[in-house]
Amino acid sequence: MTTRPRKQVRLGVHFPGVNSTTVWSDPAAGSQIDFSSFEHLAARAEAAHLDFFFLAEGLRLREHKGRIHDLDVVGRPDTLPVLAALAAVTDRLGLAGTISTTFNEPWEVARQFATLDVLSRGRAAWNLVTSPDAFTGANFRRGGYLPYPLRYERAREVVDAARALWDSWDDDAVLADPAAGRFLRDGAVRPVAHHGPHADVVGTFPAPRGPQGHPVLFQAGDSADGRDFAAATADVVFSMHSTFDAGQAFYTDVKSRLAAHGRTSDDLLILPAATAVIGDTEAEAHERARHIRRQQVSGPTAIAFLEQVWGRDLEAYDPDGPLPDVDPDVENVSITRGRVRHAKDPLAVARQWREQAEANRWSIRDLVIHATTRGGFVGTAQQVADDIDRHVQQDASDGFILVPHLTPHGLDDVLDQVVPLLVERGSFRRDYTGETLRDHLGLPRPARRDHAAHGAPSTTRPLAAVGR
Amino acid sequence: MPDTHPSLHLGVDLTDAGAHPAAWRTVPAAAHGWFDPRRTADLLATAQRGLLDLAVLDDDHVLQEAPVGGLQGRLDAVLLAAHLAPRSAGIGLVARTDTTHTEPFHVSKAIATVDHVSRGRAGWQVGWSTGPAQAAAFGRKDPQDHDDAVDEAAEVAHVVGLLWDSWEDDAVIRDVATGRYVDRDKLHRVDHAGPRFSVAGPSITPRPPQGRPPVVVPVVSDATLALAARHADVVRLRATDVSAARAQRDRLHEQAVAAGRDPRDLRVLVDTSVLLADDRSSAAARLAVLDDLAGEPWRPASLTHVGTPADLAAVLDAWREVVDGFHLLPAVLPTDLDAVVDGLVPLLQAAGLFRTAYPGTTLRDTLGLARPANVLAATA
Repeated sequence: MTTRPRKQVRLGVHFPGVNSTTVWSDPAAGSQIDFSSFEHLAARAEAAHLDFFFLAEGLRLREHKGRIHDLDVVGRPDTLPVLAALAAVTDRLGLAGTISTTFNEPWEVARQFATLDVLSRGRAAWNLVTSPDAFTGANFRRGGYLPYPLRYERAREVVDAARALWDSWDDDAVLADPAAGRFLRDGAVRPVAHHGPHADVVGTFPAPRGPQGHPVLFQAGDSADGRDFAAATADVVFSMHSTFDAGQAFYTDVKSRLAAHGRTSDDLLILPAATAVIGDTEAEAHERARHIRRQQVSGPTAIAFLEQVWGRDLEAYDPDGPLPDVDPDVENVSITRGRVRHAKDPLAVARQWREQAEANRWSIRDLVIHATTRGGFVGTAQQVADDIDRHVQQDASDGFILVPHLTPHGLDDVLDQVVPLLVERGSFRRDYTGETLRDHLGLPRPARRDHAAHGAPSTTRPLAAVGR
Repeated sequence: MPDTHPSLHLGVDLTDAGAHPAAWRTVPAAAHGWFDPRRTADLLATAQRGLLDLAVLDDDHVLQEAPVGGLQGRLDAVLLAAHLAPRSAGIGLVARTDTTHTEPFHVSKAIATVDHVSRGRAGWQVGWSTGPAQAAAFGRKDPQDHDDAVDEAAEVAHVVGLLWDSWEDDAVIRDVATGRYVDRDKLHRVDHAGPRFSVAGPSITPRPPQGRPPVVVPVVSDATLALAARHADVVRLRATDVSAARAQRDRLHEQAVAAGRDPRDLRVLVDTSVLLADDRSSAAARLAVLDDLAGEPWRPASLTHVGTPADLAAVLDAWREVVDGFHLLPAVLPTDLDAVVDGLVPLLQAAGLFRTAYPGTTLRDTLGLARPANVLAATA
């Protein structure tokens, strides 16, 4: 064992989203829209001294077979207004939100996050995602304007421009001397000029620099480009690799990319999403987990999932019966829109799944439950606390973003029972020791720096397609 | 038109330090700093104590223009409105957004969400911009002239309304038997393909509690009068005498009728800048101090009252036959807001001109506006 000090576990809570993880059909499931649901989860997370609350977003309702996908939760309030409202009913909890760099402009999004950081007194975080598909673009003026390979190029530029805007006000820019009649300190607010292929931003920013300087930046992309972008830019990676081995591999890979950008291992935290199911005994926890998985994967959900891989209508099949004999339609790649297609090679996946199902005598639903189970902690509170701590101390992660299956009470038991055990072990804070999210996460506050005028003013704007 | 509502409608502007450009120099330093939301929350609490209909938070993408040394800097109005929602009740929260450079889809879900977190108290002031500064901040298109920007604002207002209607109220069914969370026949695409932009829809955010949060339009030109006649629930007129207000109101009502609307569905307020004191000479003295600090006389573009709350009550009473109410712009915050709530409001209540309790919980309740039918459901 190493002699390094015990790592502190970082923990966030994820508000239940619009996918099959969220069990809306349970009698205990509450509103996905009412502010009281958001307030409940945030209040419980803050009472347990967690690092942050996390909201995801998608800018187009998912479709399946040409119609709105109706088997999962559909719809949600807008990310930033919800976080701004939560800032009024919490004091310390970080407030993280997903905002696309593809369909938001740097000036507007920088102003929104500067505002959220001021409203929350230093608790804002921005999860940067890209969403360059034309399906999502149909809701926006520019449509599907951005070629897929350029999505991180645009994201990088949006962040560069946003940072220049956040740094355009000195921390002490407001003098507010009524006798002298000077509100802003001379020269303390500077105009910004950023000219690039993806963003052309010139002007004087209206929002003061937030308590954190810059909001904490999260990044969630998993491709090589996404990992490089995270290593260069992000403070936190929101990862999908929650199992121990995959977590360690991802952790090693991403942290090894930091040096190339002049950063150290402490500058970037890796936080996988994870579910946690606890019981009084291990057997009871596993039984609960099995029950939740069956709730998450209803018969129609199992068929719809299979249809994504098969690219065909499989409604005639019995979810409690065997897998289809017919092969996937490899030409039809657009049966589901608004989410990532799971299978890169549908024929191989189908072959493998048929073999698995036959060997285990699994129905379609059993197979889908198995195929979509990605790690997650199951056990007694003690076992789950031990397991979380093991992942963190052995560098499979720096902590987790806990994803409940029920709105809004789904994490009550984990927060009540597991977190105190982590505190007892010395792996989690007993109380907040800082004010801002950067304080909680041990991330330094970025100093304001001068951003040289970036690029040259363009006389033509190749990507600034006007109107449409 | 006779006032069919028992109460005047009173809005109030809570932007910056007040309407007078030197306002910030005459109030004690804000306890937590000028941009601390607790300052605005305190102002809102006062307005709520006075049972005012709504508070407007102005907004601009770029640093607002001010005299040399003047107050500058602002938070995003929509997010500030959302932030004020959980700790307030009764009063409406109206944020302005620029429609010239923003995405209609984003505007729609943002205002809808302010309505969700406030449980039905959101309003939306339609804004537009013609300045090169706003255009340069976004770098997406050239500045537009006034009529063109207002015309685009009308297209945005139309689409935002459709997006609010893109979910029927009872679209979420949670039908465990069939495994369906929504009835997708009650979600509607917008499929707007207009001269300036296209939006597919439906919204990602379910229909707001008020159906459509009230839309506020300031009238400053023929183009904006036409915009208000078609899209506004609350109209802010600028007028300095009753006859000018009457003429504008009549044109507004005519155009509303021509657009197929019932003029009784519009609440017409006149922008009213107020500077108040216990006696007239004290008010005049306060104005002299402010003007001296500003280096020029204060000349608001609409009805302005410098004097006592009792005189103001008489002015409002005299204008009452022409308009449904007033959008008050206090010269100095909190000074003149306090005087409105503690001086003017009790006088109006005593005269039977103003409510003594909020009539309901939503901004539409307060304005006496019915919850609108869903136009997409009607055609489905």
